Amino acid sequence: MSIDLEQFHETFFEESFEGLDIMESGLLELEQGDVDLENINTIFRSAHSIKGGSGTFGFTAVAEFTHDMETLLDQMRNGERQVSASVVDTLLGCVDVLRNMLNAIKDGSEIDVDSVADMTNALKGILGEESASQASTEESSSTVAAKGWSVHFKPELDIMKTGNDTVRLLRELNSLPERVEVLVDNESLPSLVEIDPEECYQSWNINLIGGDVSEDDIREVFAWVDDECELNIESLADEENYTGIERRDDDRRENPTPDRRAIERRNKPAKATESSSIRVNISKVDELINMVGELVITQSMLSQFGEDENFNETHIERLKDGLTQLESHTRELQESVMRIRMMPISFAFQRFPRLVHDLSSHFEKKIELIMTGETTELDKTVLEKIGDPLVHLVRNSLDHGIEAPDVRVKNGKSETGTIELSAFHQGGNIVIEIKDDGAGLNKAKILEKAKQNGLINQEDRLSDDQVYDLIFRPGFSTADVVSDVSGRGVGMDVVRRNIRELGGMVEVKSIPDEGSVFTIRLPLTLAILDGQLVGIGDETYILPVISIIESLQVKPECINAVAGNAEVYRLRDEYIPIVRLYHIFGIVPKSEVLNEGLLVVVEAEGKKIAIYVDDLLGQQQVVIKSLKTNFKKVEGLSGATILGDGTVALIIDIAELIDLYQKNMARTVVSIKGGGLAA
Amino acid sequence: MANILAVDDSSSMRQMVAFTLKGAGYQVVEAADGQEALNKAKSQSFDLIITDVNMPIMDGITFIKNLRGEANYKFTPMLMLTTESSADKKAAGKAAGATGWIVKPFNPDQLLNTVKKVLG
Repeated sequence: MSIDLEQFHETFFEESFEGLDIMESGLLELEQGDVDLENINTIFRSAHSIKGGSGTFGFTAVAEFTHDMETLLDQMRNGERQVSASVVDTLLGCVDVLRNMLNAIKDGSEIDVDSVADMTNALKGILGEESASQASTEESSSTVAAKGWSVHFKPELDIMKTGNDTVRLLRELNSLPERVEVLVDNESLPSLVEIDPEECYQSWNINLIGGDVSEDDIREVFAWVDDECELNIESLADEENYTGIERRDDDRRENPTPDRRAIERRNKPAKATESSSIRVNISKVDELINMVGELVITQSMLSQFGEDENFNETHIERLKDGLTQLESHTRELQESVMRIRMMPISFAFQRFPRLVHDLSSHFEKKIELIMTGETTELDKTVLEKIGDPLVHLVRNSLDHGIEAPDVRVKNGKSETGTIELSAFHQGGNIVIEIKDDGAGLNKAKILEKAKQNGLINQEDRLSDDQVYDLIFRPGFSTADVVSDVSGRGVGMDVVRRNIRELGGMVEVKSIPDEGSVFTIRLPLTLAILDGQLVGIGDETYILPVISIIESLQVKPECINAVAGNAEVYRLRDEYIPIVRLYHIFGIVPKSEVLNEGLLVVVEAEGKKIAIYVDDLLGQQQVVIKSLKTNFKKVEGLSGATILGDGTVALIIDIAELIDLYQKNMARTVVSIKGGGLAA
Repeated sequence: MANILAVDDSSSMRQMVAFTLKGAGYQVVEAADGQEALNKAKSQSFDLIITDVNMPIMDGITFIKNLRGEANYKFTPMLMLTTESSADKKAAGKAAGATGWIVKPFNPDQLLNTVKKVLG
């Protein structure tokens, strides 16, 4: 029976990469002096599983490499070897090499033999040479007796208590030579009253005659019980001392024809682009199937009304009920489908322990990384795209935020800096915070740089938050020396842009000498949005409900006109700029008089504006259709959706709208100044 | 046909074992660690147990020890999947009540041969 082992490769790779991640995080914990036996066990198990799997599925190079890792881990597990920083570092290096090997095999590309050899040598250096040859199977040779063998087999009384069966052993022996003679010795059998039916009292003398049987063949039959029996094997041709034919039986334990396999693998073309897959908990799928069932029932109920020729008013109430049910089922189904895409944020967080470990030695800083809320779930697409911005922010905190150990001590802080990564839900959003207890942002330096780059004018007066926000502006970098970690041409502006593309926002708060907090807010999903429909003229626009602070009727006395044609609205103690949407999008409103319409106060990245609209129309969940893929990117809009009546409504991107408004204002101010000069 | 319980924390190995045995007509129930296996073994009956040794939550040897103590499993064959280098593991397994072992790495044919031998 031949079974194509290739069908299990996908699973093997998937679990091996998971195993490597587990090893990596386990090793990093070890490094922090947390020598916990269960942790070492977990690391060992992962290495062991990779070794077992790779051996079974024919990836010999991986199996050999993992063998030495396993040996080392086994020594650590048994307490034979101290856990030291250098051992952990070597093992971390092994994890990297192993990951590359597996990737290479998966893609069908060449394994980097040099790095494997380097790491193998490093491992062997630690282990000492004595274990170097242990991996190869023992090669044994044994003689084949000319006439046959005489076997005396006397099992211990309780041999059957390990599930071994003497009948099975005899049956196996029977299959070896041409002819078998069996003699049972019942001498030690007690009388019937004394007999314990669970014990074995007999012994056997067996003659194996003819056939190509070696002593090892016989020993192998008894391999499982050789510690539970007396076993004597003698050659029937002893007196002739026939030991001429030697037969090596080294092919018995290896995979058949490993060479051929290796060649096949090499000839296999590299795999085409891999389809991305997602692991879904079975209960989520059951939930879906359940919901679909409900939908089908509702549908068949509703379709009865369509077929009924005597449809009259009495049916309307039931029709309405059915539609209500349909609505709730559709919503539940939608939520279940969305949940399938949700994954815990630990997928994005798991790379940080390693990153912080590597970077802190690079910068010679001492850093403790604290992660909380790793189980917070968010959309897979968001999760994949948030990784790079997060890495950038963490690097940034490590490079610019946390001070060198001596500086910290001088400032009365502990030598070790802390970076806290946390994720949590807040009002329908996912919030990710990157918090450090470093020096905080340098306000003076930021201002100086911003003036140099012409981002602000000399006379501009900015609040602290406004100053800090400058670091997100394009063309801004305070690093004096461009290090290879931060400031490699990509700045905070890219971080902000990437996060905005996900429909999220990022802001920073900082206190000198106490540290900084970067806060990222992300929508739970990219596909659906809770929208507030607003009417302007004949058009309907959608504002994300999460951005809305309040909606209000305009009191004329609260409107103040300021420089140029800018207007602000006094709301309690704040002055909020009024944005006339019809101005920005060039449409004709129902009314241009402010108190005939409404103001919707919205906030993004710490900035507030009041949007002037004709009317509030209602709230609903809308499915976001990308403008970028279907049309082109339009500034101030995050997408479009199709409303119940079939018309298209545009979805406003609040953060971009604020930018747009500020740019428009700046332009007006400039043109007014210009006009003044001309007059 | 015989009912076999296959226990391994590595899903690729478990899939391989289960697929091979099912292909030969056996019924197979899978479990990912010793505790899960123990629960399944107590709730139905099996003619053969095949278990990995190194597993989280409950390892294979503890599992065999516990199961061997159950009246229904006094004589049931229990095989460990083990690597060649671990001779002490074999001894520990035997002491816990294992019938025998299958040495990793193994291929489907080797697995089937051993299973056929044990089940007769």
